[in-house]
Amino acid sequence: MDFPFELLINAIVAGLLLGGFYAAVTAGVSISFGMLDIVNIAHPAFIILGSYIAYIINISFGIDPIVASILMLPVFYVLGTFIYQVYYVSFEKRGQESLRGLAFFFGLLFVTEVTLILVFGVDYRYVEASYIGPSLHLGNIDFPLRMLVPCITALVLFGLLHLLVTRTFTGRAIMAVSQDQLALQLMAADPIRIKRIAFGISIATAAIAGALLVIIQPVEPSVGREYIGRVFAICVLGGLGSLPGSLVAAMLLGVMESITSTFYGPSWAPAVSFGFLLLTLAFRPAGLFGR
Amino acid sequence: MSTLRFTVICLIVGLAIYLCGHLLGVGYLFFAGYTILQFVVLSSAWNILGGYCGYVNFGSAAFFALGAYSTVFFYKFYPLPIPVLIVISAVVSGIVGLGMGYLTLRLRGAFFAIATLAMAVVLQTLVVNWDYVGGSRGAYIVRADTITIGGYSIEYIEYLFLLMMVLAIASIVISRSIARSQLGFGFATIRDDELAAEASGVPTLRLKLIATTISGALMGMAGAPFPYYIGYLQPASAFGLEYGVNSIAMPIIGGTTSWVGPLVGAILLGSLQQIATVTISSAVNLLIVGLLLVAFVVIAPNGLVGLVQDRLRARRSK
Repeated sequence: MDFPFELLINAIVAGLLLGGFYAAVTAGVSISFGMLDIVNIAHPAFIILGSYIAYIINISFGIDPIVASILMLPVFYVLGTFIYQVYYVSFEKRGQESLRGLAFFFGLLFVTEVTLILVFGVDYRYVEASYIGPSLHLGNIDFPLRMLVPCITALVLFGLLHLLVTRTFTGRAIMAVSQDQLALQLMAADPIRIKRIAFGISIATAAIAGALLVIIQPVEPSVGREYIGRVFAICVLGGLGSLPGSLVAAMLLGVMESITSTFYGPSWAPAVSFGFLLLTLAFRPAGLFGR
Repeated sequence: MSTLRFTVICLIVGLAIYLCGHLLGVGYLFFAGYTILQFVVLSSAWNILGGYCGYVNFGSAAFFALGAYSTVFFYKFYPLPIPVLIVISAVVSGIVGLGMGYLTLRLRGAFFAIATLAMAVVLQTLVVNWDYVGGSRGAYIVRADTITIGGYSIEYIEYLFLLMMVLAIASIVISRSIARSQLGFGFATIRDDELAAEASGVPTLRLKLIATTISGALMGMAGAPFPYYIGYLQPASAFGLEYGVNSIAMPIIGGTTSWVGPLVGAILLGSLQQIATVTISSAVNLLIVGLLLVAFVVIAPNGLVGLVQDRLRARRSK
């Protein structure tokens, strides 16, 4: 029996494209969990919220979902700073972030999901754009545009975030706050303000990730749960707080999931990411690229 | 009060509740009561790890479903009486709890929480792909209308209610005696400052493993009679997120520091949900749980029990 190489190569390409999208989904958590130490498990819920907003704008005004999500960035940023403010006043200040902070985000996740179900029902929603449908072909390899466009957008987003944290003052302050909050305070920068900005940025990325999600697949409110494991798996695998690390980890996970669903069936795909997360946590908690 | 006397009082109260329901003769009360008692078990179990040790478990549904699916497995393989199934489920879930703890508890608390969530999805995927227990189509369980125990014939739902009552009392007694024992003090040191506890010679890893095992076993026990209660079990209902949310929300709303909190939270929130499901809709009742959870962690971090204690303390100091 000869091995289906063509199928394998197509699965790998599809996985890389999927991985690019996963990177966009993870970017926000890399900032909030990796740098700020805020375990925002509600992040996927905000991504779904972003999907629905992109969907509404797309259906009512015919605006491209990615453009719509860029328009929504300020709104999500403000939402993020607001949530951080509540989180800071209620938990961080009292030193109770571990147990109650987690419960808080879990509650937020649940409330967002149930509200979306009450408003939109559990029907699948999808958007319309010119690049959904056609594919590019290079030899025997397919590049579906509905995967390629999100992947490229995600890479651009990642590049911009990387520039932000390495080149700008605010970005460097964010990196500093993740290492030593007291030292930052001694440099006369307000750590709470920096963290608020960083958390705002992290939630803002959810707007874009949401638009990409609704381009790739039809969305219904509980889809977000599948991403909780993926996002944290990528984040931990990539080494906490390392943006390039999480990009590589996202690609790796995308390829593995794609190969699994091509050769064993899609119903096994969720177990890949979560199983991988459990193994990483158990044997190499610092991540593949961790310090 | 000694544990023995406390247990006897609980049993008397439980029996009195059963007799009241029996005399009223409304079958629905047992259906609703079963669910509330099930949440008493789940929230007390969650609190042993979450409230006493400070480790958040998001995967309650996984342990619950393990119990339920052990029952389904034996139902297909060789039907056993439910009390035996409860013991089997406790062993299975306890072992999984131990394994889970062993893999993740050496890490910081947040990782444990994420890992429990991950484990729930892995287990769900395994069950969905396992045809013997019904796969994604689910499995039917046929139960008799009545059951004869020691010459008395009672309605099956009353039998399930009594079983769950025994489990609820057992979990309350266990969680109360843990809180007052050396084990409970050990758990409290982990919650307050794990590093300091370790430095003073508290065997933190062993204590945490004991906590995950007991907590997992109790949740499995709560799940064991569930297929008989619901009659048709599918992965989406057994692994439903509402079990995870409820078993976190109830102790937090009640208060996590003692055994009373989960009990109060489960009874209040459980009854509220039953009322909301009947009068409004099941989606709205989940929204209520979520909003209450968020409101309580922000406004009243010590739950209802904490509020009452503050009030009493304020009055005493006047």
